[in-house]
Amino acid sequence: MENRTKFPHFLSSLRSKFRIFSKKRLSGDLSFKIFAALIACNVFAVLGLMLYKIIQESWLSVRMYGLGFLWGTTWQPVPPNPSMLPSFGALPPIWGTLVTSAIALLLGVPISIGIGLALSEFAPKRFGFIVSFLVELLAAIPSVIYGLWGIFVLIPFLQHNVYPSLQATLGFLPIFQGTIRGPSVLTGGIVLAIMILPTVSAITRDVFAAVPRSQREAVIALGATRWETSKVVMSYGRSGVIGAIILGLGRAVGETMAITMVVGNSFNMFDSLFDPGYTLASIIANEFTEASSPPVYISALMEVGLVLFVLALVINTLARLIIWRTSKMKVRAEVV
Amino acid sequence: MNYKIVAYIEAIALIAIIAGFAFYALYFTGQSVRLSGAGATFPAPLIQKWTEEFYDLTGVRIDYEGIGSGGGIKQHTEKTVDFGASDPPMKDEEFAAAPGTLHIPITIGGVAVVYNIPGIPKGLHFTGEVIADIFRRDITEWNDQSLVDLNPETALPDEEIVVCHRSDSSGTTKVFTSFLSEENTAWATDFGASKVINWPEETLGGKGNPGVATLVQQNQYSIGYVELSYAVANNIPCGKVQNADGKFIEPTMETLADAAAAVSLVLPPGDQSWSSVGSFFNLHEVDEPGNGYPITAFSYILAYKELNVIPGMTQEKAKALTWFLWWEVHDGQFYAPALEYVPLPQEVVTHNEATLRMMTFDGQQINDWT
Repeated sequence: MENRTKFPHFLSSLRSKFRIFSKKRLSGDLSFKIFAALIACNVFAVLGLMLYKIIQESWLSVRMYGLGFLWGTTWQPVPPNPSMLPSFGALPPIWGTLVTSAIALLLGVPISIGIGLALSEFAPKRFGFIVSFLVELLAAIPSVIYGLWGIFVLIPFLQHNVYPSLQATLGFLPIFQGTIRGPSVLTGGIVLAIMILPTVSAITRDVFAAVPRSQREAVIALGATRWETSKVVMSYGRSGVIGAIILGLGRAVGETMAITMVVGNSFNMFDSLFDPGYTLASIIANEFTEASSPPVYISALMEVGLVLFVLALVINTLARLIIWRTSKMKVRAEVV
Repeated sequence: MNYKIVAYIEAIALIAIIAGFAFYALYFTGQSVRLSGAGATFPAPLIQKWTEEFYDLTGVRIDYEGIGSGGGIKQHTEKTVDFGASDPPMKDEEFAAAPGTLHIPITIGGVAVVYNIPGIPKGLHFTGEVIADIFRRDITEWNDQSLVDLNPETALPDEEIVVCHRSDSSGTTKVFTSFLSEENTAWATDFGASKVINWPEETLGGKGNPGVATLVQQNQYSIGYVELSYAVANNIPCGKVQNADGKFIEPTMETLADAAAAVSLVLPPGDQSWSSVGSFFNLHEVDEPGNGYPITAFSYILAYKELNVIPGMTQEKAKALTWFLWWEVHDGQFYAPALEYVPLPQEVVTHNEATLRMMTFDGQQINDWT
């Protein structure tokens, strides 16, 4: 015991130094408060510096191409003729990012909510333990593995077994017309859907598990079936579920390696989901390493990063607004 | 009790740190000579092998970093490495920025046109003109008249051609599109020659040579281009491409070496600008292309003629560097085939000998080559 007090002697000496210029002894509580606040402020610093650097680096391209960068469809960093200007239009990858993420949510979210419900409401303890362990394992797999699996397992399977019958049954819709390609927007969306599964389902499970027991008991006491009880649980945890979906969307929008390997990497304003596409993160991954000349090239890639940054910001803000509104509505409903 | 344990841990950590420094100091001062190089990724595995063998042979340690051709030229120009490496030769303005640069071709690369048509083996005939039309989607069916005319004895299917290309910025794309620009004016005006191309819509992009190889293998009726060694390693059918002599040439180690031998007659002296050699061997400018494969290029090491321009260069280091360069264009070439690189033909080795004899340190010839 004696030794233990001796060991952090440098702390006590620090404290005595403080006493020199402040008469009041720096209490443990106060110093911890300051320390924690400083750490929290790091977030501002990191975000601010990141935004500053990205804007600074992309400024050349922003000035040269203006808003045309957002709706141009030609991406030609090195023009065939030196007298021509390089052209950068990021609309195809913006379109690709939005569509692949939407597919990911459309396919991934219902499954994730199902997993969350099953684990919190229905599954026997042992089974639930195994399933949640496996789902969490999915989150630990590096994205390049998803990409490899996508190329060598998923693409051949979808291309030969699933897509032809999908086209045969739903081919009247324009999004399922045209030539079937293995690496395509749809394949990219499916891989993303699998990748967001663990995040969304783990959070929804926790959200549902946090619904107070009294809520369930009250509904059951009113004679509700299990499905009706689940509906109450789901509506109680709505804002948490939306938060989970947004986190999943964040992962889908920013995913780089796996989607680069399966999306087809083609600057293409596609209308069919069987067409190859491109995403914002993929361009950066593909072209950044050797983007040396012309100087505006690297700046344009930075601007792609800026667009991605803003996209993430908008999505998160929207999510906050939705959560805020739904929770407010709920309060009002409870009051009424 | 706790205090004691902490003290032990501290003592052990201290010893470990001191031992680390001592080892570091011994390790590095014990080395007599240490050289560094950086540049192209294509020859990196071969250069890596050379540095290992050369170390066993001589005790000279050489570090090579595969950072890309652009980075290699930059570091060579800034004199932060003892030698650079690049797939394309330096452009005129780059050469002017690094006066006294020697170009030393060390190996040969070729771009194979690969395809996947069920029932059709390797050896379909192509011309540069037709390949360019396929990649710019002017020819979209395998039984297009121009392809049928080139392959009258093959039953080409009535299927759409799936075009596969590199999605990442790549020297292979640069070599390939330089060839297409030379052979097809429409390609030259619309797409040009560069590491990244604004490819037509509906084409598939794969990351790296393995990415393109996989795309071609997985999509029936597809066509793509990869570094020759990837086509060989994955056993993908390669097309025969017409060269300037009108012959249809299959890409192999021999035909790539033939192209290098044919072009060796028009190579500039080692201390001049090599920009005329271009991104690929233009066999139209050669009298006898023979059996040379038309989409072929050198990979170069860049070194200074007068080595004292590099900060920290000594007589001893200069001697080791020139020795290494001499060794790699001679004995080093024996390691090339096992790693699926094309050894230099004798004509190019002779050309390199003349180049290496120009190297000096403080105005003195460094080695007495025999």
